[in-house]
Order: sequence, then C-alpha cells, then structure tokens
Amino acid sequence: MDAFTTLSGLVAPLDRANVDTDAIIPKQYLKSLKRTGFGAVLFDEWRYLDQGDLTSDHAKRRANPDFVLNDARYAGAKILLARRNFGCGSSREHAAWALRDYGFRCVIAPSFADIFFNNCMKNGMLPVALDDARVDALFAAVESQPGYALSVDLPSQKITAPDSEEIPFEIEAAQKHRLLNGLDDIALTLEHADLIRQYEDRRKKEAPWLFGRVA
Amino acid sequence: MTAETLYDKLWRRHVVHLADDGTALLYIDRHLVHEVTSPQAFDGLRESARKPWRASSVLAVPDHNIPTAENSAEDPVSQLQVAALAKNCSAFGITEFGMDDPRQGIVHVIGPEYGATLPGMTIVCGDSHTSTHGAFGALAFGIGTSEVEHVLATQCLLQRKSKNMRVTFSGALPPGVGAKDAVLALIGKIGAAGGNGCAVEFAGAAVAAMSMEARMTVCNMAIEAGARAGMIAVDQVTLDYIKGRDYAPAGEMWERAQADWRELHSDAGAAFDNEVEFDVSQLAPQVTWGTSPEMVAGIDAAVPDPAAERDPARRENMERALRYMDLQPGTPIREIKPDSVFIGSCTNSRLEDLRAAASVVKGKKVAKSIKQALVVPGSGLVKRQAEEEGLHRVFREAGFEWRNPGCSMCLAMNADRLAPGERCASTSNRNFEGRQGRGGRTHLVSPAVAAAAAIAGRFADVREF
Ligand code: SF4
Repeated sequence: MDAFTTLSGLVAPLDRANVDTDAIIPKQYLKSLKRTGFGAVLFDEWRYLDQGDLTSDHAKRRANPDFVLNDARYAGAKILLARRNFGCGSSREHAAWALRDYGFRCVIAPSFADIFFNNCMKNGMLPVALDDARVDALFAAVESQPGYALSVDLPSQKITAPDSEEIPFEIEAAQKHRLLNGLDDIALTLEHADLIRQYEDRRKKEAPWLFGRVA
Repeated sequence: MTAETLYDKLWRRHVVHLADDGTALLYIDRHLVHEVTSPQAFDGLRESARKPWRASSVLAVPDHNIPTAENSAEDPVSQLQVAALAKNCSAFGITEFGMDDPRQGIVHVIGPEYGATLPGMTIVCGDSHTSTHGAFGALAFGIGTSEVEHVLATQCLLQRKSKNMRVTFSGALPPGVGAKDAVLALIGKIGAAGGNGCAVEFAGAAVAAMSMEARMTVCNMAIEAGARAGMIAVDQVTLDYIKGRDYAPAGEMWERAQADWRELHSDAGAAFDNEVEFDVSQLAPQVTWGTSPEMVAGIDAAVPDPAAERDPARRENMERALRYMDLQPGTPIREIKPDSVFIGSCTNSRLEDLRAAASVVKGKKVAKSIKQALVVPGSGLVKRQAEEEGLHRVFREAGFEWRNPGCSMCLAMNADRLAPGERCASTSNRNFEGRQGRGGRTHLVSPAVAAAAAIAGRFADVREF
C-alpha cells in the first residue's frame, strides 16, 4: 500500500448527504477484474449524460455541465469535501479505487460509512471526519474562493487553510501508523501467525463444529 | 463476571490478539465469496505468493451478475467474472456452488440454508448485506476486497470494537405487516446513519415471534441504517431452523453445540451505548418514496413536503430525491403507480416471502399497466421448494415471470434492469439513484405490498386484499 504523509491540493465540494457507493461507481463497472482504471467513471451517472459501460470510450461521452467535477475550476482537485454518511451502501472497494484513480487522496466529511472508511485506509487514502459546523464553513469557503486549497498533514493531524487557520483532526493511532508507513496489513498480521495457530488449536477443542469443512 | 451483550460475547470469543491501542485481530470462522468482489483479492494472493490460510472455511457462489431468465446467454464480460471465480476456487481448493449446481443462489440465502452459517460464528463476505447472517446469533459483516484478501491469507481481520446498540421491537406486528415494514419504519425513524459505528442487536416481543426468514430480513437491512452488523439472540426458533442442515453439527456434536449456542444472548443488565424502543403494534405497511431507505412512509400517508422540513440540508436532499423520483409533495402513496414489480433479493427471496406474495396474487391478474413483474427466488433450494408447493404456477398464472436464482434486479448487473424513468415496486434493500438501472426509480416494499402493487397497478394496502 502507498504511504500517506502530507498532501496539498485543490478542494472539490460535493454538496450532498448520503452519497452512496452506487453513485460513486455504478454496478456495470464492477464487472472488471482489475483494481485500476475506474477514475474515468467516478460518479458516472452524475458526471455523464449518456450511459456508459466497461467498453465505452469515456472521453467521447457527453459530460454533464452541471456536475461539480466537470467545472474547470475544480480540475485536478485532490481533496473531496462531502456531507454526512459519505460512502454508504455496498462494500465495493471500487468506490475507493475510483476516487483514488481520479486523483483524490483525501475525503473530508462529517461522517463516513464504516466499510467505505476501511476501504479508503487500505488504499492509501485519508478519510477525515470533521464536525458539521466545520464542514459547513469549508463548503462556504470553497464555493466563494476560486482556487481554494488545503494542506493536510497526517503526522501532526492538522489541516491548514489558506488563511493559515489550522484544523485538527482525529485518527486512530494504529491506522495512522499503517497509513504513514504504507504498511502491508497482511504481512503485519502474519507476524502473529503463531498466535493465530494457538487460537485455532484452542477453539478446535472448545467448539469443533466451527471447523467443519464445507464441501 | 460482568453482564455482557450478545455482541460482547461474540467479540470476546474471537479475539486472537489485542493491541495496546485497542485494535483487535479477530478470527473469522466463515468466509463467503462471490464473483464481483473477489477477483482482485485472489490476484493479490497470487502476486504475493500466498495461499488461503484455511480454504475449508470458504464457501463461494456466483450470484451478482448471472442471468436469471431461462436459456438467456450471459454477457461476455460477466461470463469472464463468473469463470474467474470458478478458476480461482479450483486453484485454491475452495468449495464453490457453481452455475450448474442446484444449490447455487444468492450468497446470503445459501449460507443459512446449508448450515454454513452457524450461531457463534464470525462470518464475513465482500458484500455489505452479510449482516443478514447475524440473525443466527453470529457476528456477520461486509468487507472490502483488500479485506477479502486479508481474510483469505490470514483467517483474521483487524478490527476495532463497535458500540453496542439495541433496538427493541415491542408489541405484535399487525396482520399484513411484516419484518420488512418494521425495519423500514425503524430506518425512517433513526435515519440511514442511525446505526453508524454500532453493532445492533434486534430484540423484543416482535422479534421473538419472527421466523428465521423474517429475522434475516431485519438483519439484512441493518446496514441500511449504517450499522456495522445486525444480530439476534439464539432461541429455539434458531435451533429448529439449523438442525439437520448439511453443514450443521449432528449427533453428540449437536448436543454440545446447542448447549454452547444457548449462551448467545445479552445478559440481563448488560449495558448498551444506545437503546431504541420501537412499538410495532400500530405499524402500517411501508413504502419508500425517496432515494435513501430512510425516506419512507406508511401506505396511508402521502409524499412529504420538503417545505415543512426546517433543516436546509435535509430539505435540499428531499427536494433532490423528489425530483429524481418524479413525485409531488402531498401525493398519496396509494396513487403512485409502478411500471415494474421485482420480488427477490437477499432481503426478501426466501420461501416465506414467496408464500406471502403468492397468497396476495392467487387467482388474480397483474395489472395491464405493469410492464414487467419478476419473481426471482433466492436460491435453487427456494425455487425447488416453491415449485413443490405450486407457487410458480400461482405467479405465472397471474402474469409474473418465474426466474432462476440470483441477485437480478436488486442491483441490475445482469440483464434485469429498469429503463430510465421507470418506477419499480421492489422487495430489495436499496432505493439509491440508479441502483436498479440508470434513471430507474425504486420504491422499497415488503413482498406482500409488491404483490398487491402488481395486481392493483398502484401501491395498495395489502390488508385489503
Ligand atoms: S441480492 Fe442485492 S443486496 Fe443482496 S447480495 Fe445480491 S446484490 Fe447484494
């Protein structure tokens, strides 16, 4: 996994609550066998006026001029600002892959759906939860100031606004450590292989029915 | 010992290692796998030359994008994904109920059917509706593809404990009102994020009176309230359901297992971080009118007016939803006319669901205005049992199509989907924009209400049928 330390970039505002994973990436793209290439279809149904699928040439599709990411002002944005319960719905990691592939490394919202939050962390992306008032203020600032950018600093857990205001944020220590160092979770877990085997040996005696083979 | 909740007990039993900061390595007993969220995980294993830690704990089945119409050819892209699952399972020694296996079906329907889902287990799947299995007193939740790979490689997940929440459904459900109505009304009350960060236990007299099928419907929808997991304590209903299933313990092992499972309930006096009490005795059948499951109303109500909403963000959300749904504030729910009806999905495709729908449909005809009415049984077993009871004839004679098992129009990855602007009465779990096809409009309802809508050509009160 890629490490995340600091990030400075343009902010794009997506002013909707409960943005679900079907909206982030619709089902037809889930037929892909890969993890990459989903950036072009991020927010597909809002972003394009015509229907696309895995075989479409997205550069040739009709862009929806009213959708925020199609506004030249937000081209190249690296930080997405959103409302409560962002990423609700399915477990599809394609949602995180699509945001990442598009260029977003950080999403700021009042709250996130659990599975989406984990999926971000597994892909070197930082979801930052800030309180509603703070998010409201950021929306106002982004919309009124063209070129509005933020600097995110994970080691010191601070976001710095253009006027030098500092916004602290919370993150669990273990998650921070893994993100900062871009650690491979599986390799870390396998360092505990002996503990896992001990656990299994104990449970096989206590509850052998849990170890029956499905066939 | 201190009083524990059901979730506390399930959690405690599965902690392999607890780090200083509270992150636990949690052991996973059962891993369910389907074709859409697994290919990249298997590739990851290959790239790092890893093997499944315990292949015998994994059960795989293709369900999301398979065709459900008789003799329909699968689109080549979906075919690749289904073929990749078969190939990965055989390469890694994983049991798969393949396309031609009579046991094939929706992953959350088949797990319980064959006893692959057992009380006391931790159960994961790369699918958010894994919460369904919590109905058996299990800790079951959805994971992303990186986590699928992690569980395959280590049999564990890194997790932090969620908060304990209990929803008590008190009272008795009125006739014609079921588990789906209760859980939709609950989400309407607590919101689509009402369970964020929580493992939710469903309890109370109404739950105790429910069949396992109904309990699965409730736990299935826990994720739509934003919960990490939904669960229900083990009781005699649970044990009766499991006994004799293919992978359930038998003989002396059954006796030991059931003694253990009887502990799987919250102790008296156990502390919950959040408690919700919900009286269902006056509940009406529910119909969603918007694009989030929290946007729901009783059959006798009307589409709400955003102008009456004081919170500006909520108001804007409502307005956007009504625009998408092409509905006017104040329209009685009963005047809304669906174009299609879908009875299926892991929420409502079990035998009991089909029976409830069939009893409404029997001897009647689907309204002429309905373009398509689908019944998609949740599994091969459900289909066979329904056919033994003659339900397929009831549906066909009324004008429904009787399909093969799969996810079908719940997420419209296969050919079953709405055209732009089409309105659907659906027994599935998500009414998100585009969920059942780009531009499609979904109203979530119970199987009985879906059946009544098919006959009446508008939403109708099933209690009058
Ligand atoms: S039926 Fe629908 S919700 Fe259930 S697993 Fe399939 S796609 Fe997901």
